[in-house]
Amino acid sequence: MPGFMFSPEGQPIMRIKFLSVFAAVALLAACETAPDSSASAGGSGAVTGAQSSTASAAPVGPAPGTAEDFVVNVGDRVFFAFDKSDLTNESRTTLERQAFWMRKYPSLTMSIEGHADERGTREYNLALGERRATAVRDYLVSLGIDTSRLTTISYGKERPAVLGSNEEAWAQNRRGVTVVN
Amino acid sequence: MNTRAVPLPLVTPRPLLAPVSRRAFGRLTLGGGAALGLVGPALAELRIDITSGRVDPLPLAVVDFRGDGIEATRIGREVGGIIRANLERSGLFAPIDHAAFIQSDLQFDAIPRFDDWRKINAQALVHGRIIMLAGGQFRVEYRLWDVFAEQYMTGTALTAIQESMRRAAHIISDMIYKRITGEEGYFDTRIVYISERGPQNRREKRLAIMDQDGASHMFLTDGRTLVLTPRFSPTLQEITYLAYYAKKPRVYIFNLESAQQEVLGDFPGMTFAPRFSPDGNRVIMSLARDGITDLYTMDLRTHRVARLTDSSSIDTSPSYSPDGSQVAFNSDRGGAQQLYVMNADGSGVTRISFGNGRYATPVWSPRGDLIAFTKMTGGRFHIGVMRTDGSGERLLSEGYLVEAPSWAPNGRVLVYFKQDRTDSSGRGGTTRLHTIDLTGYNDRELVTPEDASDPAWSPLIR
Repeated sequence: MPGFMFSPEGQPIMRIKFLSVFAAVALLAACETAPDSSASAGGSGAVTGAQSSTASAAPVGPAPGTAEDFVVNVGDRVFFAFDKSDLTNESRTTLERQAFWMRKYPSLTMSIEGHADERGTREYNLALGERRATAVRDYLVSLGIDTSRLTTISYGKERPAVLGSNEEAWAQNRRGVTVVN
Repeated sequence: MNTRAVPLPLVTPRPLLAPVSRRAFGRLTLGGGAALGLVGPALAELRIDITSGRVDPLPLAVVDFRGDGIEATRIGREVGGIIRANLERSGLFAPIDHAAFIQSDLQFDAIPRFDDWRKINAQALVHGRIIMLAGGQFRVEYRLWDVFAEQYMTGTALTAIQESMRRAAHIISDMIYKRITGEEGYFDTRIVYISERGPQNRREKRLAIMDQDGASHMFLTDGRTLVLTPRFSPTLQEITYLAYYAKKPRVYIFNLESAQQEVLGDFPGMTFAPRFSPDGNRVIMSLARDGITDLYTMDLRTHRVARLTDSSSIDTSPSYSPDGSQVAFNSDRGGAQQLYVMNADGSGVTRISFGNGRYATPVWSPRGDLIAFTKMTGGRFHIGVMRTDGSGERLLSEGYLVEAPSWAPNGRVLVYFKQDRTDSSGRGGTTRLHTIDLTGYNDRELVTPEDASDPAWSPLIR
């Protein structure tokens, strides 16, 4: 289990203790939406030792119950139609996997980020992102996740996951991302 | 109000104009003894009607102000240059190149040789002088002449500390603009905006402030925290904006004199889209909670919060009418983003936009006659204006992404930002400030050190 320390604001910050090479790659991919994870990925000397001994073994997946495990094995994001916050069947399936995983690790808390593509005005998109994050949160709560484990934050169009002014990029940027704290 | 200490570079407030002594010239007397009228519709008076659509820029000559000594000469040259640049950028004036000037010996107290100025087609002539005073101050005097009518139009004297040289030049520019157009000027103003750099997915955004001509530029935050959508208070002493300190998006107030920042209130959700009321006593903003965004006000003295809208929709981007009695905002309560107007207490909500597409960011003109907005239709963004009842829609500018119009205090010019497309490798996405006048013909980039967005034009400083 990851250890916790508390920031001055009282927000638990997860320390990542074990990182395989594979997980480190997955973590890099997740950095755009989880800057705190990368900031705390340095670890102590003891952690580094554990990391290299793991890495020298045969390739394995991320340690269960870690943010990387969640990103790689569960799926951290769902996507929305233009100017919409309705969950698709595919999104519901993803969130059901997320809820299953969260029940396995009941001490973990999550931050749900809502994002919009660039084709809206800034302030409206902030509200739209909040609406999307809320849609994700409410579905997870309906699946039995305690609402106190979930916070929401909207980034509007400020943090696209994919660069580009094209349909494919927009589709991937209209998203709700569940980030393990 | 909670106070949150945020480490920031200290901001030194810019020195304002030292006690300004303005001595209107009263009436000048020409050789023949005829008093030159300062007011009233003189025959064939030099005048630009800026309400009539496209106008040809008025050719005028602005002579570098004269001064005795190196320092006075330098200041005089700078003041002349600032005035020329202001008038040229307005699109209403075409300053004539110095090289064309025929009369080179024009003394401040003399009557110009109008023939010499008519020959180069200067409709108006501005000249002046700088007199250095003790204590780092100087006096600047100027005169504006109607060349073809051979009439003195206006002039004044200002005393300023040297650090306020640019402001003195802006104040004189405003006087010239007002005397010839009949409209208030907008040159003695500032613009607060968001300076941007870095890739779009890790964009660094900083609060920045500058004069309306881009001079006296200063960064107010350091870029570690995402900041958005700044707006001036009516006194220009404070800026309200959205910041993500501690990963909590909240409305903050930045005091320009103390460089202190305070979070505004303690709301159970994201507060954003803040604007001061015209009297400066309240901030109106959106609160997003549980998927619903409504409009609230907070009284800055009593901290009393009032809820203005109560719908299950997104109500945001509010804008007060100049008298504070009404609020325009955008809402998707009808299914898609449209513009609405309501009374300042939240009653009487009326939809005003009915065209094709989505409408956003309504901004009430300081004159009260128009509402500027962002419109999204056909995969393009537009900046437009309409009357406050929604009639008379006119689109002024369009692009892949243009957004966030903000009025100059005279209600004749808008500043907005324009963002280019980004390709899949992250190239492009250039984001710049532009100004455009109500005719839609005079679109200029307002040059900033980095990319720039979310501009807000200040009221006149004085």
